[in-house]
Amino acid sequence: MLQRVTYIFRKYNLPPWYFLAPAVLVGLSVLIPLFYLLVRALEADTQLSMELVFRYRNLQLLYNTLLLAFGTLIVGTLIALPLAWITTRTDIPGRKILTLMGVLPLAIPGYVMAYALLGFTGANGTMALVFGLELPRLGGFTGALTAISLYTFPYLYLNFRSALAGLDPSLEEASRSLGYRPAEVFFRVTLPQLRPAYYAGTLIIFLYVLGDFGAVSLMRFETFSYAIYLQYAASYDRVYAAWLALMLLVLTSTALVVEYKLLRGLFFHRTGSGSEKKAATISLGHWKWPAYIFVTVLVLLSFVLPVSTILFWMMQAFDTGQLAGLQRALAASAMASAPAALLATALAIPLAYIGVRHPSRLTRGLERVAYVGYATPPLAFALALIFFTLNAVPILYQTLTLLILAYTLHFLAEAIGPVRSALYQASPRLEEAARSLGYGRLKAFFLATFPVMRNGLIVSAAFVFMSAMKELPITFLLAPVGFQTLAVNVWSYTAEAMFSQAAPYALVILLFSTLFVGLLFAREWTSR
Amino acid sequence: MDTLLNATGLTKAFEPSEKVVDRVSFSVNRHEIFAILGPSGCGKTTTLRILAGFEHPDEGEVVLNGRTLASNGSLISGSESGPGTGAGIGSATGSWNDPGNGNSRGSASRNSVYVEPEERGIGFVFQDYALFPHLSVIRNVMFGLRNAPRKQREERALEILCMMGLREFRDRSPFELSGGQQQRVALARAIAPTPELILLDEPFSNLDAVLRQSTRDEIRTLLKKAGMTAVLVTHDQEEALSFADRIAVMNNGRIEQIGTPEEVYYRPRTRFVAQFLGTTNLITAEAIGATALTEFGRVNLDRPATGRVTLSIRPEHLTVEKPNRHYDNYLGEIISREFKGHDITYRVRIKARECLVHTDNRNHFRAGDQVNVRPLETAVVLEEPDLDVTFATGVR
Repeated sequence: MLQRVTYIFRKYNLPPWYFLAPAVLVGLSVLIPLFYLLVRALEADTQLSMELVFRYRNLQLLYNTLLLAFGTLIVGTLIALPLAWITTRTDIPGRKILTLMGVLPLAIPGYVMAYALLGFTGANGTMALVFGLELPRLGGFTGALTAISLYTFPYLYLNFRSALAGLDPSLEEASRSLGYRPAEVFFRVTLPQLRPAYYAGTLIIFLYVLGDFGAVSLMRFETFSYAIYLQYAASYDRVYAAWLALMLLVLTSTALVVEYKLLRGLFFHRTGSGSEKKAATISLGHWKWPAYIFVTVLVLLSFVLPVSTILFWMMQAFDTGQLAGLQRALAASAMASAPAALLATALAIPLAYIGVRHPSRLTRGLERVAYVGYATPPLAFALALIFFTLNAVPILYQTLTLLILAYTLHFLAEAIGPVRSALYQASPRLEEAARSLGYGRLKAFFLATFPVMRNGLIVSAAFVFMSAMKELPITFLLAPVGFQTLAVNVWSYTAEAMFSQAAPYALVILLFSTLFVGLLFAREWTSR
Repeated sequence: MDTLLNATGLTKAFEPSEKVVDRVSFSVNRHEIFAILGPSGCGKTTTLRILAGFEHPDEGEVVLNGRTLASNGSLISGSESGPGTGAGIGSATGSWNDPGNGNSRGSASRNSVYVEPEERGIGFVFQDYALFPHLSVIRNVMFGLRNAPRKQREERALEILCMMGLREFRDRSPFELSGGQQQRVALARAIAPTPELILLDEPFSNLDAVLRQSTRDEIRTLLKKAGMTAVLVTHDQEEALSFADRIAVMNNGRIEQIGTPEEVYYRPRTRFVAQFLGTTNLITAEAIGATALTEFGRVNLDRPATGRVTLSIRPEHLTVEKPNRHYDNYLGEIISREFKGHDITYRVRIKARECLVHTDNRNHFRAGDQVNVRPLETAVVLEEPDLDVTFATGVR
């Protein structure tokens, strides 16, 4: 029997069980909780369910959520496209620094950005206190839109930038030779080719907006995520919360499917042969001054403002008494993030391995499930885990273990990327060489492939660690009672307009996120 | 001869309808260097990987020194097992009826045997060498010496490195070595555990032309000195001819001919073999017993035949001569002449057909000269009487 099984495994190029089993386990751990969301929602009788689903409020939430998503997309595009063009196609001096400026806002999580905007405007904002200039207090749609746009535009920027840098310049040259003016070429040849990059960037923006909880809750703008939180935390209406989470999931899946449909058959390959040619740079001349002003304003808003606001509030009322609380929060964040980083990296190995070395429908499917965990809006995911643990494994409810597992499953996709590219670098021949020298399969992997992957594993662990450090909504719902991480502290103090108390926590998060961006940037830089 | 390796009826398809390896059978003698030669995509590397255990054959069996390494029952119980090769099948059948197994023959024959690569005792030298980048040269060689005290492993590794002339590189990293040195480290690593058989996958293809020749000679000498049995896979006919004791020529997943370099070169059995091993003239002619009538006259055949046959005759087995009035009927004209230093290639047209002739450089004709073409050797009768291409020159 066993022999028969091993024969089938080999014949169909299935991965060995010790790689397949953890991957299947991950897949089940992501999917089963989501199933419990449905179970919980269906607990209501049909009439109530109908009433919950067809509430007018849902329509309002849908409208708000979509408004915010498309608004963010438009604002983000207006910022990212010109910036990408300036930094890839013109001769503007200091392009490397400008590129960095385009990525830096990634270091500021949405709730920190919201904190900064709230702490800056209004009667008690920095602006009023320092310059005596009272700006209207940001909030609602405008506040949420500003905060989210300012920290998500880099995702669009990165996509535009690599697409523009990778364009085949001979297409533009060909259009010029066919009699088109530069502006016409840009709109008729260059822009259409940016479509795949734009769709990919759009998807990321949408997933962020759908998943964002910190910024919308602080700005008090009711989207699905915020409503789920209110239902769950304030009115304890868990059935409606489950329905809202399901609706949010449907919205997310729609975004994924639309993106997939749009991208299908839309791969623009360079058809030319030979070495990659770089596009000629456009001389900006005096136009470089408006460009500089554009970038300066952007940097002031997206980076200088939050950092200086945090520092301002910190100097207002910092005393060493706060250090103890800060230390506790840092320890709490690390205690949940570090094990999650290690676990996610460990699980990423089998998932990436089976995808790279044993590509098949099955392994591709398993890998995708890991991405489902990532794309699922964190609040919905956390809620699903709550329902699942309460029903199936009540011991886990409100434990650190559950929080670690939630981080692991949610951020696993971030760990897979670097592990996968490391695996691509380690030739399968190395493992075969070890096997022909007398080592068993698992041993061959650990002796021949693992050492080559080491750097990728470190990067993976760092990504997950830093993402988990700044994670808010999952922590909010799943953390044990009294377990206050850095992010939770920033959020709760800001929610009560205690800006100086929130400042030190925000600063520490900022430091960690900057490291994260540095890592992202370094990888981006070396990979080209 | 003492047979070490027996491969019988190996078949492998990655896509259901496309057999990459199709009923490949051959055996390799002890101390022999055996080459599998064929164009890229012909299935030769897959065959090698089946021997090593990296691929699982759909059908067929591999027997090394009397021990079945891989086998699929359907073949053994089927009719193909009959006339196969003596020693290999005999011992394989023994393992089927393993008394410990206790199965009836019928069900046992449906069982499949598969020995993991690490348990086969077969060394493998990869095309890209696959040296462990995180280990030094000597550590790479020591990697395969597992069950010995550290000191002994080190001594043995050093001994092999000395034999390969790599002593001074022992502590270097693989990427600090030249291609030829990496090649030798890969070989050292593979032969250090003294495997019964060593497999080499296009081992010289990553070396530049000058290095290739010298490395090839060195490695052949080393293998012979160590008394190794080796199977080499290559697409380079010159490499196969000069390196191997015997060659299997493979095309489209099948072996078309097995023989010594001289046999496959001088007496190709099929058109593919004739063309793949060098330039040849393929001629369709009417055979009458020991001779056949061709465009340039009557030629002797390597074996008697009757009717329409396809003949292969190498350009160097032809020569051009001043017109002889006895051969007026076969008068040809030189169309072009390519001077290559030590020899000359003429393209000769006879009766609207062309053939190639290599002669030494003492033979001077010009384009436009009238000549007779005369065979110096017998023509080889090919097995496939392929009629649609006649008198064409097969230039690879």
